[in-house]
Amino acid sequence: MSDVTRLSAAELAEQLGRGDVTSVEVTQAHLDRIAAVDPAIHAFLHVSSDEALATAADVDARRAAGEPLHALAGVPIAVKDVVVTKDIPTTAGSKILDGWIPPYDATLVTRLRQAGLPILGKTNMDEFAMGSSTEHSAYGPTRNPWDETRIPGGSGGGSAAAVAAFEAPLAIGTDTGGSIRQPAAVTGSVGVKPTYGGVSRYGLIAMASSLDQAGPVTRSVLDSALLHELIGGHDPRDSTSIPESLPELVAAARGGDVAGMRLGVVSQLSGDGYEPGVKARFDDALALLADAGAEIVEVSCPSFDYALDAYYLIMPSEASSNLARFDGMRFGARTLPDEGPVTAERVMAATRGAGFGPEVKRRIMLGTYALSAGYYDAYYGSAQKVRTLIQRDFAAAFDKVDVLVSPTSPTTAFELGAKLDDPMAMYLNDVATIPANLAGVPGISLPSGLSSDGLPAGFQILGPAKADDRLYRVGSVLERLLEQQWGGPLLAQAPTLEVA
Amino acid sequence: MTDLVDYDEAIAEFDPVLGIEVHVELGTATKMFDGAPNSFAAEPNSQVTPVSLGLPGALPAVNRRAVEYAIKIGLALNCEIAEYCRFARKNYFYPDNPKNFQTSQYDEPIAYEGHLDVELDDGEVFRVKIERAHMEEDAGKNTHVGGSGRIQGADHSLVDYNRAGVPLVEIVTHPIEGAGSRAPEVARAYVRTLRDIFRTLGVSEARMEQGNVRADVNLSLRADPGAPLGTRTETKNVNSFRSIERAVRYEVSRQAGVLRAGGAVTQETRHFHEDTASTSSGRPKSDADDYRYFPEPDLVPVAPSREWVEELRAALPEPASDRRKRLQAEWGYSDLEMRDVVNADLLEPIEQTVAAGCAPAAARKWWSGELARTAKAKDVEVTELGVGPAHIAELAGLVDAGKLNDALARQVLEGVIAGEGAPSEVMAGRGLEMVSDDGALTAAVDKAMADQPDVVAKIQGGKVQAVGALIGPIMKEMRGKADASKIRELILERAGQ
Amino acid sequence: MSAITRAEVDHLAALARIAMSDDELDQLAGELDVIVGSVAKVSEVATDEIPATSHPLPMTNVFREDVVETPLTASEALSGAPAAEDGKFLVPQILGDEQ
Repeated sequence: MSDVTRLSAAELAEQLGRGDVTSVEVTQAHLDRIAAVDPAIHAFLHVSSDEALATAADVDARRAAGEPLHALAGVPIAVKDVVVTKDIPTTAGSKILDGWIPPYDATLVTRLRQAGLPILGKTNMDEFAMGSSTEHSAYGPTRNPWDETRIPGGSGGGSAAAVAAFEAPLAIGTDTGGSIRQPAAVTGSVGVKPTYGGVSRYGLIAMASSLDQAGPVTRSVLDSALLHELIGGHDPRDSTSIPESLPELVAAARGGDVAGMRLGVVSQLSGDGYEPGVKARFDDALALLADAGAEIVEVSCPSFDYALDAYYLIMPSEASSNLARFDGMRFGARTLPDEGPVTAERVMAATRGAGFGPEVKRRIMLGTYALSAGYYDAYYGSAQKVRTLIQRDFAAAFDKVDVLVSPTSPTTAFELGAKLDDPMAMYLNDVATIPANLAGVPGISLPSGLSSDGLPAGFQILGPAKADDRLYRVGSVLERLLEQQWGGPLLAQAPTLEVA
Repeated sequence: MTDLVDYDEAIAEFDPVLGIEVHVELGTATKMFDGAPNSFAAEPNSQVTPVSLGLPGALPAVNRRAVEYAIKIGLALNCEIAEYCRFARKNYFYPDNPKNFQTSQYDEPIAYEGHLDVELDDGEVFRVKIERAHMEEDAGKNTHVGGSGRIQGADHSLVDYNRAGVPLVEIVTHPIEGAGSRAPEVARAYVRTLRDIFRTLGVSEARMEQGNVRADVNLSLRADPGAPLGTRTETKNVNSFRSIERAVRYEVSRQAGVLRAGGAVTQETRHFHEDTASTSSGRPKSDADDYRYFPEPDLVPVAPSREWVEELRAALPEPASDRRKRLQAEWGYSDLEMRDVVNADLLEPIEQTVAAGCAPAAARKWWSGELARTAKAKDVEVTELGVGPAHIAELAGLVDAGKLNDALARQVLEGVIAGEGAPSEVMAGRGLEMVSDDGALTAAVDKAMADQPDVVAKIQGGKVQAVGALIGPIMKEMRGKADASKIRELILERAGQ
Repeated sequence: MSAITRAEVDHLAALARIAMSDDELDQLAGELDVIVGSVAKVSEVATDEIPATSHPLPMTNVFREDVVETPLTASEALSGAPAAEDGKFLVPQILGDEQ
């Protein structure tokens, strides 16, 4: 038997369907891989071997009995630890949730379970998804499979690294300002942030409610489409969930064609601050798409220059309120004050003081400030107006072009610790990904090749709201053209990891 | 502590301005933002979902019926109904507040700018202007353990979140000016009128004693009606009509004392104490009350269509004051009788009793007579005696049919209250039915007349009122189970009158 | 924008219910100032005539029908509680007023 961990989810699904392999075999192979490489990578915070194997065995039995199964039934998956899983510990990368075992499932987890995807475990992340490097996890950083001295991106560095290190064929990420796309870019994997409201947020531990979106992290565009169709679609438990059904995503990924499509290059997302190697891979990819018949158009979105600023007001404001419930009263850890009276108020403060890491505290404080009396209009109110301007820029751009394109991240993976003491430098990583979150539009990141430092760079495609199919249509074409050049997936070029 | 000023003196010197905030718990099947049952009498923490418990990841979803009830309340209060409004988060930390923010409405209430005409005890009508009515959710319930069981000095507290997320509508008045010395009465009548509206609309059981309706009373004093508003206090959770009246009276006297002594009233929340009818200082308002309101990002705006609003308006029940006027005319009660019935909160049971076939006069007699007395003696609500409108209608029917006299009927009612069954069952069980056998009765009459020939002579001499001297012994002989008017008839007949 | 003072940071920490050491407070005072200063530029473009956007996609009137769903059992509800007694969540003594 070939190494099943090297296969894409679509390939695994086919082999499972034909009976070439069983889900138990596939799941066990991934658990073995996790045991071998995760001590070095640290993509997982919790590995749920027993539950995963039980699901796999159940799927195998149902398949043997001739039951109709979902296309991805039996294909194992890793879930970012910010997504609530019944009976499986969920920490959101924070000490404050250490030991918490949720009594319910997120809607997307319910869908994974119903479709029979064994859940391998929960992946590492920046605490409460606050960060761009996964260094803000309370449980230690994840390392980039391309270079273990470097960050895997964030906040979903665990999901991206798990996929890139062949520990899981599929993973779930969440993206508030780029936390799916930027890790995908710096690990050579594929990540999709769906249209806001396209995937239920019920059971996602919220950072910023109006920005958060869950989505797929995979090794191919088609795999993302398969997973996106499974987890997406209306959920009455999420009032911001889109009532219409999803567009045909898998069909778009399979039948990709860019002939006659207009691709807009956003001038604001390609200037200063973008590494030359990242720029070069982006330009090369663009040339391939042009050769395939796409028309390349320069577009200007002037309000994007304010996106980062608006984001760093809206996000912490909402987060300061969303994270208020972590107070040691109903769930999670409770810390008593070192001295003085043990009152509810002081225990809450002690619990939050001990339970939250520095980045979380920073954002809660910033958000508390931005919402407080006298500042609301200048900060939160103004940021919401910038949001309107950004939406208008997108609308004007999509009048002219079918999709917008840019490098996903200005740089390749930086070294662990390099930006830990400089929050603003860390925040700048998200400059190209944030506008999509503010406007609610969908975006995909797929590998554009290796930059001059030998590390992966990402190519971002943004589409209009509810037109997620366009990402798959363009993305699958670019992926095919690039893989023809590389002679296979980019991840095949990643260094072989030391096996423990 | 400053001295209290006598209420009449205080009112002579100062002009009171009221402001009343009323919270009503809606009688929906489920909570405001999730499908947990809206019933908190159950086992603690058994009526919660991840949403009402505020677990990480849980999201709210608005209860359509709660919105409908809020609109109905707004319409009944003559409010404008917003064409577009949003929920907002009110951020504050408190152990009974599961998310540490309350989902409420801030500057965009569902209903605003209305009024309510309130009838005072003497029939005078006072108009209260309504600023707004908005939707929000209730908090859980704390029980304080150790110490005296009060919040201060407790060792720790226990929290039951069954009530968390129960839909509330909060109704806020504009400053109520011009009530003068009747401010306490206006406050009571206003809350009482609201309570009646909630019940008539069917949006809440509106039981004050169960906390379905809770009032916060703001009061300030000023030198005269032309002066700017003074500093106000907010007396929280005053939970009976009587307490509302007493709380206002007390605050008028207390604030007058502070002002007369040259002091300044502190802006603060105060607590009302039932036992002493007084208020005590709570928490001063401070910078800490920075609730950092912002639009709830997990919910989308509510934009009730005009068709929906008009549909609800068309289905509104008759306004309470119209209903009172109609019923008074139908029943033929005097103004005084009607006011007594209304003040004793007996309109509904009497209406149901009449609907069950009882004459209005008899219904009033039983409810505001025997039953009201018994309730008072037992210190319970008249509706909690276990006697329903159908019982009273049946009882009155038995009296009309000549099977019971008044005295017997009272004994039957006693049996109904004691849980011995319906009136006819009690009558049979206790053997209280009047004797209808004329033989026994005429024998008793004959015996009594034979025993007291002098009385008979008086009757025959034209002193008809002397009959009374014979009725007593006959009743005794019949053990009370006889109809006095029939006895009288028989005696007169036999005496040849 | 004026610099964020140490006293202001203290007050924010109290509002946010986070116990912090003096070092943390000092460091945050500096960091918040940098961040707030750099984001203050949003007010440059956020003029009066521009409406605010609080939801990325325009939707209204999303309602749930008033139908009971199975709640958590009391033991599920209490499963994560740091402390419980008599089927209720046990919390330290509460000072001050009920809300």
